[in-house]
Parts: sequence; C-alpha cells; structure tokens
Amino acid sequence: MSAAVLVIAETRDGVVTPLTRELLGLAREIQAGVGVVSLLFARTDAAAKDLIAHGADRVYWCEGAEDYDAALWLPAAEQVAREAAPDVIVAGHTHSGAELAARLAFRLEGAVATGCTGIAREDGKLLFTRACYGGNVRETVSFAAAPALATVKAGIGEPRRDDARQGEIVMLAAPPVDARTRVVARERESAGPSRLEDARVIVAGGRGLEGPEGFGVIKALADQLGGTVGASRVPCDLGWCPHSWQIGLTGKTVTPDLYIAVGISGAGHHLAGCGNSKTIVAINSDPDAAIFREARFGVVGDYRKVVPALVEALKKT
Amino acid sequence: MHIVVCVKQVPNPEASFSMLKVDEQAKQVVPVAGLQLVMSPFDEQALEAALRVRDAGVETKITALCVGPESARNTLKHALAMGADEAVLVKDDGLPDGAGEATAYVLARAVRQLPAADLVLTGRQAADWDAGIVGCGIAELLGLPVVTLARRVDIVDGLARVERVLPDGFETIEATLPAVVTVSNELGAARKPSLRETMRAARKPLAVRALPEAGIEPQALQAIAARRTRERLYVPVKDTRCEVVEGVDDAAQAAALVQRLRDARLV
Repeated sequence: MSAAVLVIAETRDGVVTPLTRELLGLAREIQAGVGVVSLLFARTDAAAKDLIAHGADRVYWCEGAEDYDAALWLPAAEQVAREAAPDVIVAGHTHSGAELAARLAFRLEGAVATGCTGIAREDGKLLFTRACYGGNVRETVSFAAAPALATVKAGIGEPRRDDARQGEIVMLAAPPVDARTRVVARERESAGPSRLEDARVIVAGGRGLEGPEGFGVIKALADQLGGTVGASRVPCDLGWCPHSWQIGLTGKTVTPDLYIAVGISGAGHHLAGCGNSKTIVAINSDPDAAIFREARFGVVGDYRKVVPALVEALKKT
Repeated sequence: MHIVVCVKQVPNPEASFSMLKVDEQAKQVVPVAGLQLVMSPFDEQALEAALRVRDAGVETKITALCVGPESARNTLKHALAMGADEAVLVKDDGLPDGAGEATAYVLARAVRQLPAADLVLTGRQAADWDAGIVGCGIAELLGLPVVTLARRVDIVDGLARVERVLPDGFETIEATLPAVVTVSNELGAARKPSLRETMRAARKPLAVRALPEAGIEPQALQAIAARRTRERLYVPVKDTRCEVVEGVDDAAQAAALVQRLRDARLV
C-alpha cells in the first residue's frame, strides 16, 4: 500500500491525544485518496481502534515506551516511513513531534515545516503555513522533495470519529534501538495545574502581575471558572511560576473556549500559543496594550481590583 | 573538550515589530534602518551552557560558529566577549534566508572543518524564523546523537548529561560524545560580557570564510535549498474588534463583563 499521509500518534496513559485526533482529521482532508497510516507506541488495543475510528487505514504498532524516547521512536518512524513511503508525514508540534520530524526530514532527505497553523492543497500543491518572527509574520512554504514533513499546532484539524471505520493493525518488528542516547530519569510535576492543552478555560498572567503573588489572585478566578492557570514567558523566566505554565511560541499551544489574559501585553510570541482560543478576554492597565487587538472583550484597570471583582460577580447568579 | 556553539545574528527580537517590514514581493523581512542586530537569545543561552561546562572545571575550548553576512562579525565579537575562545564566520552569500535544511548543511560542513568537536551546541530555534530544525539537521548530517530543548548540560564520565524540558517537568538524558544539544530558554539568563573579557576579546581570533572555503559544495547546497520554496510571506490580518467593558466602579465593570460572558455562554 502506498500511503499518502503518515501520522505520528501520541498518547497519554494509553489514550490518544486530542491533537493526534486532529492530525488524523487533517490527514484525511489533505490526502489525495490513497490512505492514512499511523504509528503508535502505546500498548493498548483501544488506542489503535481510536486511531482507525479517527481516520487511519493502517496502524503500525511498535511495542515500547509510550513516552517519547528518540532512541526507539526515531528508528521506528524511519522504518515505517521507508516501508509505507508516504508523501506527507505529520506530527503534533510537541516536545517530541518537533524533534522527531526534524530529524526524520534529514534522514529521508525531505524537508520540514515546524509549528504549522495551516496545511492546504492548492492546485495540487500542498502549502504549509507557519508562524515566524515571534508570531508576528506568517510564511507559507511548499516542498519539492518527498516526503514533506510538518509539525502541526492544535486547533487546525477537525477530529472526525466514525466507529464503523475499518482498518488494519500491523505489528512493527521493533527496530534496533539507538544506544547513543539513554533516558536515565523523568521528573514530572505532580502539583502542577491540570493540563493546559486540554483546559476549556485558562486564566493566564504576565509581567503585569508584578510578582509571584499575582498568581494567587488569578488562581481564585480560574478556580471560580473551573479553569487552569497559565502564564506568558516573562513570569516563568523570572521564577514567579513554573516553566511548565508557559504558553507561547516556546511554551504550550492552547485552544480553550475562554482565555483570560491578565497583565499580558500581547507580544507575538505569546499570541503564537493562545491565538486560536475561541474567545480572548484581556485585563490590562495599559489601554494601548497589543492584547486588546486580539481580545473580544477587554477591561482596562488594575487586575488587583478587577479580578477579585470578577470572582464576586461570578458568584452571583 | 572542544565545544562548538552555532550562533545566528537576528533582528533584535525585543524591539517593536514596527521596526520590521515585510516585503511580500521579495518574500523577505526587511529591518528598518536603526534596528539593532543581535545574537539570537537561544544561541546566547547555548553559549552560556558551554561556559558553564568550563566553569564546572572541564578544560574547554569554545569556538563560536556563525553563518551570516559581514555584519555578523558583531555577533561573533559578542560571543568572544562572553568568553568564547575563537570565532568563525562563514559568509552566507548565495545561501537563502530561513531555509533550515540548507543552513544545517553549511553548518555541518563548517563544523567538520574545525578541530574535532566533542559537543555542538545551538539554540532551540533562531528568534527570526523560529523553525528549530538546524540543530537536529547538523546532528543527522554529521551522524551524531542529539538532545533537544536542554535546560542544563553537564559533562559526566565522558558523556553529555542533559536535562531536557518536558511539558510537565523534565527528563535526564545521557548521550555519548560527540553529540549535538539544542538549548532552551529554561537554562536561564546568559551572562553579560565584562569589560575585561571585552578587552581580551579584541585579541582573540575571528576567521572569515567564504562558502567554498568552508567545504561547501555548491551543487549539494543548491539541491538542498531547492527542497523548499517560500510561496508567501505576510503579516496576518486581525479581524477581531475588542469591546472594552466599562462601568462606574470595579463591581459594575465586573458585572458587565460577566453578563457578556454569560450571553456568549462562555461561563
């Protein structure tokens, strides 16, 4: 089977990530009708069926670590890419996908567009659109070489589930592991917020919070809304909050229904991580802040007064 | 230990975006006169990581390597002032801007021409094109292992011991040397050059090479560059109109905003 698109699947605790489902939806849209294959590392039958239900015609199943480990994932992805010979390979623009796709591009003598916010077929040519210059500029590229690789941000593919879809599952003989790198330890933050990528409501703080205690103020609002706290890059670099809270070009990409930006000026590199939110609300003391150009609603004022007032107003039905 | 740090000169990413113009015809970003060109901040942190290896007591020679125009000498002088021992500028005439595959090829070739490197460091991405593929490309083209998104780099028992950033924490990876490591902003602030180091930097070697002198085969470069075509370059149009919610006091303002969020079924 010659495949049009290879989707690198990611799972968490055996469950296919929402971004992977979006990629499969996107793959079905851009493939020219030859098929979609996926590569899966999690050892669950349900995950393989999930990939098929969302658009995979064939799932290559590689026994091994569910968590990304280049030593295994890269040789496996290379093997599948050589066997299935896809024209296009897509992965999520994640900590693992961005590394895997870039390395694979050089191994396969293709080319890669990272952090794509759009992939479309125009006159038979695939066009990849991505943010650059700190999120201020978009470039659209096409590739002459096959395969074309892309890492894709959340919010551009539409997951479509059809449990009646049929597909095959192929066990991949485990390729030789690349012994030159070895993961010796992993440390996860247990006390951190629930996953920003999955949150429907996010309240994020920036430099304008003026100190770590500001995160206590905005957390009260997040709690009231059943949401999660995030941050722009400056508070993370200043140590006001953990780096894992960072939303933006070099942090997480989030797509909540409601994104409340508190004391965030709205630099391009931050918007690159939250610009696809359904509704942005800006709270900032500077009426000229760029964030107001992105927001649907804005409040100009001191967050120390505005945010507690919002919490009170939300308590009233 | 020989560490090669690949650094790029970029328009100052901290400057207002109004200092840059997008030429949609030429598909290039054009800096407005007066805009400062600086070392890409992630590359500065890559150099910082190399300096910390030296500070930890490993005898280290650090070479800063840059592909860029004549003006990129300043970025290399900055690297020397931060503490690099030598600098090499490969002139980028004929190299397309923002074509990561081609840049990686040039850097890989240039690294091979230097005395054998134990460690090649670079930033996680350049602050202009934000692609983040060059570090991985250098590694693949040189056949070396790579660890991306480092927040800490140590040399322990002849291995690179790297803390790699994860979405919810970090992992520790050991890589055999030689290896490539890309450095992320979680490493922390890069040091500022001291006056003494800046004075010393003036006497450190800074070599300038044209592409052929750096071992670049024009046909191979052309073939790699041809893999990618920039079709369009533009500033996205913003179509949102912000409604600024007002009120006589904080409570009224908050109530008005909550009302709008309820009307939109957002809360």
